[in-house]
Amino acid sequence: MKKQRLVMRTVILLVLGAAVAYTLYANFTKDKIQKVAVGEKAPDFVLTDMDGNKHRLSDYEGQGVFLNFWGTWCKPCEKEMPYMNNQYKQFKDEGVQVLAVNVGETDLAVNKFSERYDLAFPIVIDKDSQVQSAYGINPLPATFLIDKDGKVVKYITGEMTEETIKNYMEQIKP
Amino acid sequence: MVTISSNLLYTAFILYLIATVFFAGSIKDKNRTKKGPNRWAAIGLWISIIGFAAQLGYFITRWIAAGHAPVSNLFEFTTFFGMSLVGAFIVIYLIYKTPILGVFTLPVAVLMIAYASMFPREVSPLIPALQSDWLHIHVTTAAVGQAILAVSFAAGLIYLVKSVDQTKQSKQRFWLEAVMFGLVCTLGFIIISSSFSASGYKAEFNWIDKNGQEDVLEYHLPALTGPHEGQLITEGKLEPLAEMPAIINAKKLNTVIWSLASGVILYLALRLILRKRIGAALQPLAKNINLDLVDEIAYRSVLIGFPVFTLGALIFAMIWAQIAWTRFWGWDPKEVWALITFLFYAAYLHLRLSKGWHGEKSAWLAVIGFIIIMFNLVAVNLVIAGLHSYAGS
Amino acid sequence: MKEVKCDCGHVNPIGTILCESCGKVLEEKEKDKKLLDMRYEGSARRSQTYNKTIIDKIWNFFSSVKVGVWLIVITLIASAVGTILPQEMYIPPIMPAEEYYEDQYGWIGKLYYDLGFHNLYSSWWYLILIASIGISLVICSLDRVVPLYRALKKQKVSRHESYLQRQRVFGASQPEDTDKAFTMAKEKLKSKKYSIREENGNILAEKGRFSRWGPYVNHVGLIIFLIGGMLRFVPGMYVDKILWIREGETKVIPETNGEYYLKNDGFILEMYDKEKDKEVFGEAIDKAGMVAKNYQSNVTLYKKQGDTVAGEEADLKKVKDYEIKVNKPLKFENFALYQVDYKLNELNKMSFALTNKKTGEEYGDLTVDLNHPQDEYDLGNGYKAEVVSYFPDFEFDENGEPVTKSRIPNNPAFVFKMFTPDKPDGEISFVAIRQTIEPFGDNEYKMAFKGIDTKNVSALTVRKDLTLWIIALGGVIFMIGVAQGSYWNHRRVWLRRVNGEVWVAGHTNKNWHGLKREIETALDGTGIMMPEDQLQNQSEKKG
Repeated sequence: MKKQRLVMRTVILLVLGAAVAYTLYANFTKDKIQKVAVGEKAPDFVLTDMDGNKHRLSDYEGQGVFLNFWGTWCKPCEKEMPYMNNQYKQFKDEGVQVLAVNVGETDLAVNKFSERYDLAFPIVIDKDSQVQSAYGINPLPATFLIDKDGKVVKYITGEMTEETIKNYMEQIKP
Repeated sequence: MVTISSNLLYTAFILYLIATVFFAGSIKDKNRTKKGPNRWAAIGLWISIIGFAAQLGYFITRWIAAGHAPVSNLFEFTTFFGMSLVGAFIVIYLIYKTPILGVFTLPVAVLMIAYASMFPREVSPLIPALQSDWLHIHVTTAAVGQAILAVSFAAGLIYLVKSVDQTKQSKQRFWLEAVMFGLVCTLGFIIISSSFSASGYKAEFNWIDKNGQEDVLEYHLPALTGPHEGQLITEGKLEPLAEMPAIINAKKLNTVIWSLASGVILYLALRLILRKRIGAALQPLAKNINLDLVDEIAYRSVLIGFPVFTLGALIFAMIWAQIAWTRFWGWDPKEVWALITFLFYAAYLHLRLSKGWHGEKSAWLAVIGFIIIMFNLVAVNLVIAGLHSYAGS
Repeated sequence: MKEVKCDCGHVNPIGTILCESCGKVLEEKEKDKKLLDMRYEGSARRSQTYNKTIIDKIWNFFSSVKVGVWLIVITLIASAVGTILPQEMYIPPIMPAEEYYEDQYGWIGKLYYDLGFHNLYSSWWYLILIASIGISLVICSLDRVVPLYRALKKQKVSRHESYLQRQRVFGASQPEDTDKAFTMAKEKLKSKKYSIREENGNILAEKGRFSRWGPYVNHVGLIIFLIGGMLRFVPGMYVDKILWIREGETKVIPETNGEYYLKNDGFILEMYDKEKDKEVFGEAIDKAGMVAKNYQSNVTLYKKQGDTVAGEEADLKKVKDYEIKVNKPLKFENFALYQVDYKLNELNKMSFALTNKKTGEEYGDLTVDLNHPQDEYDLGNGYKAEVVSYFPDFEFDENGEPVTKSRIPNNPAFVFKMFTPDKPDGEISFVAIRQTIEPFGDNEYKMAFKGIDTKNVSALTVRKDLTLWIIALGGVIFMIGVAQGSYWNHRRVWLRRVNGEVWVAGHTNKNWHGLKREIETALDGTGIMMPEDQLQNQSEKKG
């Protein structure tokens, strides 16, 4: 009887405690929850680049993909573009593809920007925000490292240095 | 229609005053028979019922005129609150037949209606957020709930007037008198605002707000506290005695100072006339009342009012908030204060049921509960503006 | 410690104050009291005897109503503190919260921010307070409802003399014919909807026992409500997104997995009009200046057909047209779209004319779609304008370079290169609103501003809340419980023959006034005297 009561009380308290602990944990991680979590398969998409070529993410399986979301007005995006460009030239023969997804600006603005920095990697425009919505992008810049199996290895927000970009590309090299 | 409506409200106001006198008379009446209320009380009750009917008439005619339930701004809401209070009183009176409850409830209702009329009274159109049937469902239920809870305040006050010893200095005596002083200040505010508005007092100031913008502010009471870098532009009006920094609302502060000052004067005058504390002066009225019965009235009012309040001010409120504001709960100050009221009365019930807080403790809680309700009505609308702030103006 | 055996033979759990069966006082302390403390029927609601392990200590802590009331009071005060200054979610996004509070409210604001009160309701300690109330609800209820149920279930009809004597409503009298009096009283109590139990010629009339469960029912409701609130944090249960959508634009609705699209067919803003609307509103409209009457987005909802990946041109099938207004959200599946904000007259198109500055002669108009500008505009006859740069939301950065702040055409600026037959190499001109800069000195031509075309933008909140039904269920159960406990009363009347006398006792959990009236009518004409209210008599003697 006594024992039974103790067991009962312990169980109830544990259940309540677990519920509270979970709620607290969830409340403090809710801002960090990513739509596309590390380890998951990156959602597939098809976007057209400035030359009219279609890029389907799943076509790049077997290669590492450095997926960068950017806008022309975003200062850190602008700053990391030349670094990405340099590293792309190094790594593209080693099987790392860079896809730069513009968040739905005008062709004109994107073209001018691309010309200014002489960008070698394909730039695609996400006109109706479908891809941003699928990846849950906010804020810019946002970068996903995708390995050769199409899985997300890392998610980075904020500016990157040339050194870190190099390391990241090294990471997803097949 | 609007004229008929306001005349009906005026009629109700006067009738409530007269009914109070009759209820008071019924207690003073020497030849009251042992059982049941006497003729004075019966007349008082009838006058209250007629007054209530008149105010119901005001409500209905105004509804017809506006095309929506007249509970959309502070004037209409507070008036409705007053009406519900009278309604709740009538119902509870019919159960318990205690004339003294009228002596305490009706003046509160009268004060409430008078206070309401200090706000803009014109019929205003509904902004999009208010265009919903939930407006009258939510607001009226919440007001009725609060009014029933306010009856427990009146009963609590009667309890305290009778039970607090006026011959000895004590905390109880002080705080009871403070409650009385608060009521007198409300009266002071009403008298001072209506006399200045009757004389058409208006003083305009150019001033600089906290964002550095120039603006014009209109005072309806002589400015004791002037706005930040204020310049009087109406000639022949009082220059402010002190200038306030921009983050303080000088106009509202001015009103508060005037209310307090007139409250103090009125209170001192009453003390001079009565030659004793207001609490002591009221004590004879409560002489024949049974404390246990008053305690039960207070408790039952809470029991009846609490579910109604919860339904109106929390549940219906959440349903409407989900429809109009996309979420059922958003920690808006008014919502939070409804929750505080709910928690307070929940605490009241628990203390009473499990800790045996009956009688005087319970009466004090009823008084505090009413102060919270009034805070939610007055301060949250006028001082802590949130999403509900359109209820004032 | 052992169970307590009463004289009547009933075995009660440890800590029982009044025998569950006959009501005899078992606790020594209670024996000298004139009236019984009838809370929880004197049952053993919490055995403090089990207080050895930490589990028992925690359990007993939360089982205390005193602790529960303290939790309520602390939560109440904390909630009030959170309303002193606006919460972070309600401050205008003009500057970071850190600066805003100090800027607007001085040192008080800074202190408020530093103490974390700007986000009080989602702070860890506030959540813990609410959670503790939840735990207290569960444990308090469990600890009380079981013994109370036992006590009410086990109660005998013939209660102990000491029990009856110490009820608040009690009286003894000698009617002429006891049997007849009992029969009459029984009939009358029956007609008052009492259920009657008889035993050895004694009577127990009882009604409304279910009102005693009210508090526990409402606590269950509250717990369900809190569980609903907790589930909100589970990913996928709750969506709160905002969708800005221009007139004419079709956009994917966020969080629908690319399944649903929305087209904005037009935004409507209406103001009350003194001429057209009810005359009674005239005064109020004059006073306020403008009063909004309607915010409305006319939209078309589309569903994607077939399987496409993001970015692919989707095959859209119209689901329905709808007018989203405040208080009238568009609902589909588990989603609802609400009208929450708008932006009027966002620039959409700008027109220019290539003009000779001296003669003022124009060589053709061009219209730039600010969301889809072309690279160049051919005006014919050898006249054309090339867009060298476009800044939708232009400003000069710290180096004096023109940049754009965002992709929204709030303040568009262009660098045009104008080609004319007499200037085949082109002239460069920087054109912004009310501003033209000619970087290479004097031009012969200019892009003269001709006009603008605007569009409205609707802001819609995208909401999904799968916890709503749980919250609603909790609310309904709570209301049932509160009503059950508040509007019904548990009343009991005992009639017992003791040495030729009839003892009458009554008990109710509330509303003694009503109970006394009922007993009065039930006993009227039976010859049994109306029992006294012992508590009221006491206080009357005192006062």
